[in-house]
Amino acid sequence: MLSNPLIRMIAQRLALGIVLLFAISLVIFIGTEMLPGDVAQSILGQSATEQSLANLREELGLNQPAYVRYLDWVGGILQGDLGTSLTNKQDIGSMIGTRLGNTFFLASVAAVMSVPLAVLLGMIAVHYKDGFIDKAISMSTLGAISLPEFFIGYLLIYFVAVQLGWFPSNALVHSGMSLMEKLYAVALPATTLTLVVLAHMMRMTRAAILNVMSSAYVETAELKGLSSFKIIFHHAFPNAIAPIITVVMLNLGYLVVGVVVVEVIFVYPGMGQLMVDHVIKRDMPVVQACGLIFAATYILLNMTADILAIIANPRLRHPK
Amino acid sequence: MADNNLLLDVRDLKIGATIQVPGEKPYDIEIVHGVSFTLEKGKVLGLIGESGAGKSTIGLSSMAYGRGSVEITGGEVWLDGEQILGHSHDQIRKVRGRKVAYVSQSAAASFNPAHRLGDQVIEAAMEHGLSSRSEAKAFADHLFAKLGLPDPDNFGRRYPHQVSGGQLQRAMTAMALCSKPDLIVFDEPTTALDVTTQIDVLAAIKDAIHDTGTAALYITHDLAVVAQISDDIMVLRNGEMVEYGSVDQIINNPQEDYTKSLVSVRSILKEEGGELDAEPVLNCRNITASYSNSIRVLHDVSMHLHKGQTLAIVGESGSGKSTMARVITGLLPQETGDIYFKGQQLPRELKQRSKEELRSLQMIYQMADTAMNPRQTIGQIIGRPIEFYFGVTGREKRKQVIELLKKIELDENFYDRYPAELSGGQKQRVCIARALAAKPDLIICDEVTSALDPLVADGILKLLLKLQKETGVAYLFITHDIATVRAISDSIAVMYMGKLVRFGPKSQVLEPPFDDYTDLLLSSVPEMELGWLENVLKHRKMESAGH
Repeated sequence: MLSNPLIRMIAQRLALGIVLLFAISLVIFIGTEMLPGDVAQSILGQSATEQSLANLREELGLNQPAYVRYLDWVGGILQGDLGTSLTNKQDIGSMIGTRLGNTFFLASVAAVMSVPLAVLLGMIAVHYKDGFIDKAISMSTLGAISLPEFFIGYLLIYFVAVQLGWFPSNALVHSGMSLMEKLYAVALPATTLTLVVLAHMMRMTRAAILNVMSSAYVETAELKGLSSFKIIFHHAFPNAIAPIITVVMLNLGYLVVGVVVVEVIFVYPGMGQLMVDHVIKRDMPVVQACGLIFAATYILLNMTADILAIIANPRLRHPK
Repeated sequence: MADNNLLLDVRDLKIGATIQVPGEKPYDIEIVHGVSFTLEKGKVLGLIGESGAGKSTIGLSSMAYGRGSVEITGGEVWLDGEQILGHSHDQIRKVRGRKVAYVSQSAAASFNPAHRLGDQVIEAAMEHGLSSRSEAKAFADHLFAKLGLPDPDNFGRRYPHQVSGGQLQRAMTAMALCSKPDLIVFDEPTTALDVTTQIDVLAAIKDAIHDTGTAALYITHDLAVVAQISDDIMVLRNGEMVEYGSVDQIINNPQEDYTKSLVSVRSILKEEGGELDAEPVLNCRNITASYSNSIRVLHDVSMHLHKGQTLAIVGESGSGKSTMARVITGLLPQETGDIYFKGQQLPRELKQRSKEELRSLQMIYQMADTAMNPRQTIGQIIGRPIEFYFGVTGREKRKQVIELLKKIELDENFYDRYPAELSGGQKQRVCIARALAAKPDLIICDEVTSALDPLVADGILKLLLKLQKETGVAYLFITHDIATVRAISDSIAVMYMGKLVRFGPKSQVLEPPFDDYTDLLLSSVPEMELGWLENVLKHRKMESAGH
């Protein structure tokens, strides 16, 4: 089985991803160890005495050496146990569960909107290269990426939610809502995220396709009398896909990990908010769990990008 | 149209291009200056000329296509009674791939790596609604069989990277034929192929266009090739017609001086060197070498070369001839075997070699362009080895560089010029001067004339021979071109699949009795006579029937 180069390369990537994840768990743990502040202090606040602080530390297991706590933590995770929150004694797994679902939901909606749109706009830009439409697409997407996301968010809230009243300004979702209701609720944050990630993906699509447009096989296609869109879509795009995938995955990573601001603006109950809240409370197990999940998402997406780029190469898919 | 047989009528065609030098204002030049010709249905017209003659540009104009900034600026192109230059984009799309098809020099680059060959071959026929998918596929399979491709019914399921260069070139011919066009433009379809492959592809193309009754424009720089396949020939130079006539007239009775020089090219012949020193300059004993420890590319190769002589290593791509050069230069240390240079054993690795050893072994490369730093002047380029090996600087260095420039027949003015301002032949001359500046005992010439036009290549070969006579330098000449080998070598090494097939003085190697491979190689070199292709193929058939 491993003699197939494709499978071997994918297996390599997977193994590398797992190693990387362990390395990151260590970095996260050390990083949170180094943070200033003390959870016992922040729980007890002003009423803390020397004795009560010591008792609480004992109770929370903070007195054990760092490596023991690290091994406990990693061991727990391997068994599916993310630990309990120090501040409210809840199980972190169930605390994160719904939040993570919400974050993934918002990211997916934004991805479904932005990825096809970016690729399509990129192809249109190639077709009208250096013309008015190309420049208009470039200018508008660049404009969108240049505005800070909170500004786009507030613009949308002001015009679309307040003036026009089409969509709600806060994106509160809960488990009782139907899919359509949820989609309606996240319309504005998803649009904000789309505007933020669109330009990057669109410009890479344009550049990658233009790069192969000067190749001999595109000339062959042109001399067959094919239509311009068929040349771009059928002949250029499949050969430009590897760099496009990479950029798409980077942006999908951002959609999951970098949405804190958008979540706050639209009061969306996602992971970003959860993490920020618990950083303030010095609740390290929660912060660590969030960090690890974010890291895993990033690694998974980039690994997917690698694997897809490998699969997209016909030389590897169909060895001699 | 009065003449019903007339397919293509090109009148006073003018083609221009925009030149954009970075940092300068773009300017227009004319590259084809009013060329006219006609082509009847089912006939083949050969367009022949050196690079820059405008032959590809003229060929593509029959599809109303200009590469890059190339634009058709004047004249008329009548295809089957339609003036296609006035066509809109949509109209011209209906001509391309349907009435005219194109076969390029590099099929390897012209097939889309992402799609199966079969889908690409039938694509034009599908796009223009000429036949159903199953009909087109059946016809494609038929063409694959006709063109001698292996396993024709399944050939279309393969991807471009899964088949060889010769097979791709045939597949591209099938792709052109598949929509049953009236005209096919063949743009140097066999130039990138090995000589033994070229002959088969040439025969396949000739049969296929003959059987389908397709007319063709056959573009090449090789007069011997075009003589095998054309009815008429047009000789082009610098965007102008030089001579236009039947094959017989052009080959056997050329009128213009330029055509005569093309027909008689390769007039050089070096007399095989006689007296030999007892000790060879270069002596390679039982060399074995591999890339990355797995694929063995040289098997037990031995050869030697004497002072003032030329050893030509000849072989096709993959024969190991360039690997041999890499071993000798130390870039790829051999696994086993020894190299003796001027009687001393040469260290295997480049790093272990002394400055003196490096100096006396120089190289000249195929692509003079990439072998020079574009930001250095010719003076700096040639002066560098003088300073590096002999410590000569200042006015004395300049004097020596100018002497070298004289030796390579360039004048003093070149001293301050940059490589980009030079022609291909001049650049290669500069590379020769740079090699000579080190006063080497051996120069390895790796396909130094392959990228040059025949007449320019001739000039380079003459120069190399002259310099050899003056300095007594030995050449190790790596080439795939038998004509070059005949012209300049004293001894020859024929290589095939990493093995030395034949080695000896020129007179022995090129005289029968031949081994099978040398016979195949020598008989595959196109000769400038009508009917050569048929004769060779007939001869081979008889031989294989006799076995």
